[in-house]
Amino acid sequence: MATGTEPSRQPTGVHGPTRAAIAARHLRTDRWWLAPAGTAAGLLAFIVYSTWRAFANADYYAAPYVSPFYSPCLAENCREMRSGPNLDLFGSWWGLSPALLILVFPLGFRLTCYYYRKAYYRGFWASPPACAVAEPHAAYSGETRFPLVLQNAHRYFFYAAVPVAGILTYDTVLTFRDGDYAWGHMGLGTLLFLVNITLIWAYTLSCHSCRHIMGGRLKHFSKHPVRYRLWGWVSRLNARHMLLAWSSLISVALCDFYVYLLASGTFTDPRIF
Amino acid sequence: MVQVDRQQWDVVVVGAGGAGLRAAIEARERGARTAVICKSLFGKAHTVMAEGGIAASMGNVNEGDNWQVHFRDTMRGGKFLNQWRMAELHAKEAPDRVWELETWGALFDRTPDGRISQRNFGGHEYPRLAHVGDRTGLELIRTLQQKIVQLQQEDFKEYGDHEARLKVFQECTVTRVLKEGPRVSGAFCYERESGRFFVLEAPAVVLATGGIGKSFKTTSNSWEYTGDGHALALLAGAPLLNMEFVQFHPTGMVWPPSVKGILVTESVRGDGGVLRNSEGKRFMFDYVPDVFKEKYAESEEEGDRWYEDPDHNRRPPELLPRDEVARAINSEVKAGRGSPHGGVFLDVSTRMPAERIRRRLPSMYHQFKELADVDITAEAMEVGPTCHYVMGGIAVDSDSAATVGVPGLFAAGEVAGGMHGSNRLGGNSLSDLLVFGRRAGLHAAGYAASAGRPAVSQAEIEAAAAEALAPFHADEGAENPYTLHQELQTTMNDLVGIIRRAGEMAEALERLAALRVRAARAGVEGHRQFNPGWHLALDLRNMLLVSECVARAALERTESRGGHTREDCPSMERDWRPVNLLCRPVDPAPADPAAGRIALVRTRTEPIRPDLLALFEKDELVKYLAEEELYE
Amino acid sequence: MTTYDARFRIWRGDTEGGELRDFTVEVHDGEVVLDIVHRLQATQVPDLAVRWNCKAGKCGSCSAEVNGRPRLMCMTRMSTFTREETISVTPLRAFPVIRDLVTDVSFNYRKAREVPAFVPPQGVAPGAYRMRQEDVERSQEFRKCIECFLCQDTCHVVRDHEENKPAFAGPRFLMRVAELDMHPLDAAQEAGLDRKRAAQEDHGLGLCNITKCCTEVCPEGIKITDNALIPLKERAVDRAYDPLVWLGNKIRRRTAP
Repeated sequence: MATGTEPSRQPTGVHGPTRAAIAARHLRTDRWWLAPAGTAAGLLAFIVYSTWRAFANADYYAAPYVSPFYSPCLAENCREMRSGPNLDLFGSWWGLSPALLILVFPLGFRLTCYYYRKAYYRGFWASPPACAVAEPHAAYSGETRFPLVLQNAHRYFFYAAVPVAGILTYDTVLTFRDGDYAWGHMGLGTLLFLVNITLIWAYTLSCHSCRHIMGGRLKHFSKHPVRYRLWGWVSRLNARHMLLAWSSLISVALCDFYVYLLASGTFTDPRIF
Repeated sequence: MVQVDRQQWDVVVVGAGGAGLRAAIEARERGARTAVICKSLFGKAHTVMAEGGIAASMGNVNEGDNWQVHFRDTMRGGKFLNQWRMAELHAKEAPDRVWELETWGALFDRTPDGRISQRNFGGHEYPRLAHVGDRTGLELIRTLQQKIVQLQQEDFKEYGDHEARLKVFQECTVTRVLKEGPRVSGAFCYERESGRFFVLEAPAVVLATGGIGKSFKTTSNSWEYTGDGHALALLAGAPLLNMEFVQFHPTGMVWPPSVKGILVTESVRGDGGVLRNSEGKRFMFDYVPDVFKEKYAESEEEGDRWYEDPDHNRRPPELLPRDEVARAINSEVKAGRGSPHGGVFLDVSTRMPAERIRRRLPSMYHQFKELADVDITAEAMEVGPTCHYVMGGIAVDSDSAATVGVPGLFAAGEVAGGMHGSNRLGGNSLSDLLVFGRRAGLHAAGYAASAGRPAVSQAEIEAAAAEALAPFHADEGAENPYTLHQELQTTMNDLVGIIRRAGEMAEALERLAALRVRAARAGVEGHRQFNPGWHLALDLRNMLLVSECVARAALERTESRGGHTREDCPSMERDWRPVNLLCRPVDPAPADPAAGRIALVRTRTEPIRPDLLALFEKDELVKYLAEEELYE
Repeated sequence: MTTYDARFRIWRGDTEGGELRDFTVEVHDGEVVLDIVHRLQATQVPDLAVRWNCKAGKCGSCSAEVNGRPRLMCMTRMSTFTREETISVTPLRAFPVIRDLVTDVSFNYRKAREVPAFVPPQGVAPGAYRMRQEDVERSQEFRKCIECFLCQDTCHVVRDHEENKPAFAGPRFLMRVAELDMHPLDAAQEAGLDRKRAAQEDHGLGLCNITKCCTEVCPEGIKITDNALIPLKERAVDRAYDPLVWLGNKIRRRTAP
């Protein structure tokens, strides 16, 4: 990635001495800035919201719903959630919000995700801002050096994201209870959680690393028919990776916000049965 | 005195399409230092436009196929005017040439058991065309290009120079083949980028420049197809053979005007597409000629069954050889049963599911979507004949691809004549490029090794340079080369096009003479650096020469056969079967530009070898061969 | 048939310099930008330099930038523009200019030579190659490439950073590496050539930050990023960044005599 942002003295790139002499950085006439601006705004909104909620350490449980930001809850200072995702691995020394412990994994998964990389390289770092629009950086080393070389660890975050998604699935099962922990009930939240977990799984499984692991690494599909079929399914999901990345991001924030509304007493969960 | 850069090579290959690259690979592998020179960038040659496939009787899909059947189909398609030895070599060697491509990295579509898949095509009795979707030509050119890169990588390891033994001079044009006495001594070239002249000295030159389509208005051919190789051969003293045979592909796009002529692959029909007129009728059933009556379905039902069960049904008449289909479309349009833009309808949308169309014919889907806003999975295409290929070409020796009378000059691919007779079958061109490209490279390398080095004289260089620079010295009232080109295209299209008449062709010859006079005054603006006006002015000489050949030969042949259809002589005459028309340059070239450049000579074809004749039924031969040939 | 006058701004010049020049030129129904450039040649500027060939989107010669976007001129229909707008046409801006719309694309031919060719399997005769359709399909997609070099032109790694050119093969030739690595019969591994490692070490795969402009401009619709570059990155990870593989290699090397 770029190491300097000030324009260099020597004209380079599209203004280099051998290139066609055109003063403009680009000649695009469409609204090319709209996509990176929208991406940046969307990601920024999520960052602000999630930072607030992750540090809040409050209003994350309203029986039977637990906010996906706090699940699984890994410290002693977590709220007691009956049959809920309390996994006290860290003990009492952890004094901060328990969300910070677990959010590292989904955050890392999304941060190293091939789609999000594209989104924030373009939206935040303008590298490039849009196709055929000159970027403002004087130098560029891509993903060859620390820290960006760590992007290659994506598949390990994928491995970590799978159990997290599993626990969120468990949480979703728990939402088929009512506020008194009786089974066989559903509320509006249950529907929200169902939608969310579907999107989370779809996003997780549509991951490029998953596609590679399932079958992409093979040289001969014909010798591994089952993996070929799995690869085919993942490939179809993978074609919608961007869509799934955004919709699961929104749905996870919505679920958390819904729990916040319930826990803070602003809203009461409409029960379906 | 003109100072030009001179380089010494063993073999110079002019043209970097399928034939040129295959020749270069062979020559280099035989130890000759080989230079390839091409007008476009490396890998852009017209071969990329070939869509359907490479015909080779590998028998992967139908085991009944073998070289004899392929030979028979080729001779029938060419109406027995083929240089039979070429057709024989072609049928025998094509499978090896295809398999060889796989060892260089080509990836053809596969059969379920993992072999190369083969598809049906017009005039081929069995599924025979190795293909990659509908972009087979691209696969071919890329594979050959990558093979050349591989050879260059080897040379780099050995000599530290990629271009030590095989170099591609891209975006360069040859304007003259140079000679010492009767023998080839090199080629005079200019570099398009700089306009700089240079000379490649070599005892052997292989011409592989492709066709002549740019002399016609409606054509599927690219700008490069200006008949350069034909003209270079003529100017070097080598004759052209049977130039009257020009193939009009039955299905080119007709709308919008800017894409008129762009090819719609025959695979559309091979895979089930049908032709209909404005009344919705599958009219091809009315146009099956007598010689083909027994081989084609008589009802739509039978034709449709053939796609599933080719062993027990006859093929639909949409798959007749190209000349028949082109003429039929022409007649329908003339009779007022054409489509809104003057073509007929080619429909796949009602014949197979959309998903299958997109998989089998991806570039056609893409082409119509992008260029005509037509979704071929939902509606019919409008198509009409377009100038596609020239069967005629430089007369060559069947085995060695050597031209007649100019030692050291070879020709292969579309620029060479004879192989396809009066009409080429689809898929036979790509195999032709490979089979005879290889042979030309082989024999050119062999010749170069023993021929010594004829000298290139300064006088020849001076003359070639002066000729090439003439357009910059045009006086007041210089002619615009673009205008001349357009008029030439209109003349050939209207007067020597798909249906020909004696009077019109005579008129064409007069107009060509007038154009020659004006072309002598063609002038250009600007300087020599990448100047397309100048390049066109130089190409005009070639197009005018070749057009004269086509018109003269077409006027002379008073019959209709294959790619030569005369309204005033509508039937195929058995007496013309053993007659070849050779175009020879008038020597010395007349000073008056209005005077004709070409003299026609009639020669008799070599009798077909008896064992090859025995591959046909007597009843069939009677329809083609002249009386006296039958009794020989 | 409708006809109107369109306004064009076309870059004219050479290595010494140049500028965008204004032209007004007639446009007919169904035409593409290349038709207009040809009309300009025939009627106003006969020496306007432009590369083209098949005019059917199959050869990849007429690459240029139309309204700032890398396009094939033969596949850019005039109907995609309003009649009022002024359409700019410039040469590719990532490569050295030669004249007018023609650039020096030799960078790409140099890079092509740097990718080791297909290695045929030992002991398999021509004609004996057996490959399943599903095994060749991935590489076939990449072989649809017409080498228009629009992806090479738009890729900011070299477009905006000339200094990266020696180290970076560009999307087209990284895709070529992927194509060969996925070729079911390529015997590079057996011949001692690790294409996955080479992608990272010799062809600059790490410089790619998968921002997908190559995919956006590809006239053949090849999913360069998703199907070639990212899978290649994952394959490179198999080699260089997988601690399990690393550990395995360490142990194997220890125990090896």
